Amino acid sequence: MEKASNVDQLIEQFKTLPGGLLPLLHAVKHELGCVPDSVVGPIGKGFNLSRAEVHGVISFYHDFNTHPVGHHTVQICRAEACQSMGSRHIESHAKQSLGIDYGETTADGLITLEPVYCLGNCACSPSVRIDDDIHARVDQTRFDQLITELTTPNSETSGVSS
Amino acid sequence: MRMQIFIPQDTTALALGADKVSSLVAKGAESRGLHADIIRNGSRGMFWLEPLVEVQTKSGRIAFGPVNTSDVDSVLDALQASLDGKVLIDHALYLGEVKQIEYLAKQQRLTFKRSGIADPACITSYQRLQGFVGLTKALSMTGQDIVDELKNSGLRGRGGAAFPAGIKWQTVLDTAGEQKYIVCNADEGDSGTFADRLLMESDPYQLIEGMTIAGLAVGANQGYIYLRSEYPVAHKILNIAIERATDAGFLGANVCNSGKDFFLEVRLGAGAYICGEETSLLESLEGKRGMVRAKPPLPAIEGLFGKPTVVNNVLTLGAVASILEQGSDIYKNFGMGRSRGTLAVQLAGNVRRGGLIELAFGVTLREVVEDFGCGTLSGRPIRAIQMGGPLGAFLPKSQWDTPLDYEAFSAIKAMIGHGGIVVFDDTVDMAAQARFAMEFCVIESCGKCTPCRIGSVRGVEVIDRIVANEDRDNNLILLHDLCDTMELGSLCAMGGMTPFPVRSALTYFEEDFGISSRGDH
Repeated sequence: MEKASNVDQLIEQFKTLPGGLLPLLHAVKHELGCVPDSVVGPIGKGFNLSRAEVHGVISFYHDFNTHPVGHHTVQICRAEACQSMGSRHIESHAKQSLGIDYGETTADGLITLEPVYCLGNCACSPSVRIDDDIHARVDQTRFDQLITELTTPNSETSGVSS
Repeated sequence: MRMQIFIPQDTTALALGADKVSSLVAKGAESRGLHADIIRNGSRGMFWLEPLVEVQTKSGRIAFGPVNTSDVDSVLDALQASLDGKVLIDHALYLGEVKQIEYLAKQQRLTFKRSGIADPACITSYQRLQGFVGLTKALSMTGQDIVDELKNSGLRGRGGAAFPAGIKWQTVLDTAGEQKYIVCNADEGDSGTFADRLLMESDPYQLIEGMTIAGLAVGANQGYIYLRSEYPVAHKILNIAIERATDAGFLGANVCNSGKDFFLEVRLGAGAYICGEETSLLESLEGKRGMVRAKPPLPAIEGLFGKPTVVNNVLTLGAVASILEQGSDIYKNFGMGRSRGTLAVQLAGNVRRGGLIELAFGVTLREVVEDFGCGTLSGRPIRAIQMGGPLGAFLPKSQWDTPLDYEAFSAIKAMIGHGGIVVFDDTVDMAAQARFAMEFCVIESCGKCTPCRIGSVRGVEVIDRIVANEDRDNNLILLHDLCDTMELGSLCAMGGMTPFPVRSALTYFEEDFGISSRGDH
């Protein structure tokens, strides 16, 4: 219930902002971890939009997932610069080692795997983003290392050298 | 005097471990009794050298790179040994004076002249390095004078379409309206590009200054930076810079006591490539689906919320600040033909020395890739170069001597676009790249027009059939026909240019599609 009232507050906060719907949806995602169907009605009411219009905006953008995701989001860059440095191998390795496909979450709820199209780190490809951190020159070994750091949060696996 | 050590905080340096390097340098300096201040600067854009650690010495600013965590101790030892000035620095990663590094020394930096020198959020450093000089000049000029200065510079939009910026501004200036807007397109989605990001992360005040000048020129009091959500570091730095510029009186109400207002806000995109297209961006800024608008009306006449709007790329607005500062005559002296000034080339992909290279238009693609890039990182021969992002053509060896000039590139059915160069070695499968071009269009099409929405889906299928040798000859005819439909019938460049990479792959690398080769390119 408390979360719902937070969403109501956010709607109040953003409804008078010109073009406020995207900033609101980002804020809702930040608050709830996703943009669930249950917020569509209240947002429509607050912004004087139909449910269809609100749903249309949410479904247009890759960022606005409607269901909860894992504790960490791992994004692998699929764009051309990363492809030139072997990102296709990283993609298949990631799917295989995590046992999930794009858009899926590991059974323990820890990791959601997503594709991303360019992280602007193209001179040091392939790139992987984990939450808000971007990692450069990620090969299979480095990928496994990064995943290990997520699964054992206190480990000091800092070296590029191992 | 305390020692000043500079460690970059841009996305690429961070992605290569700059934060860990920085904390180790701090600890190591303290344990050695070195009195050092660590400044987190922007990046010089020499990404193959990141993390690039610089030190201010009596004889100039010297650099070490790339410095990994395991190198920190030996770098600090070498520094300490040379402190008295009697011993020269002896270290494998020692690069000498930064500005003498050939990669940087050979460039003609106008827009990126400050990049990497100081803490990007430090407004005093920006002013010390000629920042806000252009704005001060603009404040004493009429809107028409500013627009004339821009027209004289010959600056063309750096986002990709290369439309003359001065003419766009003139249209907005001439359109009557109480409310006008300046919108910065910072939705840099092309693979192989990072110049917008680098400018925002390394010299954000320059963008703020350029946008404020645009506001003064056309009579707009509100600006928006539409930033892609894939750039969290840029987002943070921009917000800090906007806050500080407002506090210092360069933004907000009564800019520099001129009586004129200019408010600026960052708005985040939400992972849609199409929102880099200006009309789709405007829809998104209005809080809607990022659906492309039919033109006319031009955004300059009916743009954001239906009001006259300047939509320019980050680099275009950045260049405005330096054009006003140094004068348009200096700017237009760089370049060739109708491509005036400098181009921020971004060298990426499978390349040894990737990074930001700002040069006057006219240099050839080969010079950039060979002289700056020094070949592939894998050490294998280069086979194809994609210029201009996912909608740009794949260029075979025979086209690498094309000069970087908008007209020269369109003459070979290619484009400079936003200046991104992606290098592929000889392991690349060009049929897979052509398929990816269509697949990317499937994923990112806004869906408004049929050639783009459906054509891309059919394109993937047809390429699959060609590669599988199912009725190959007829499917090749079909693919060309489909490309014609997409090029001629799409509303915007997404569907209209997706055929460029597909056709260039088919024309120059046909053997990858299972077609017997008719000659060497």
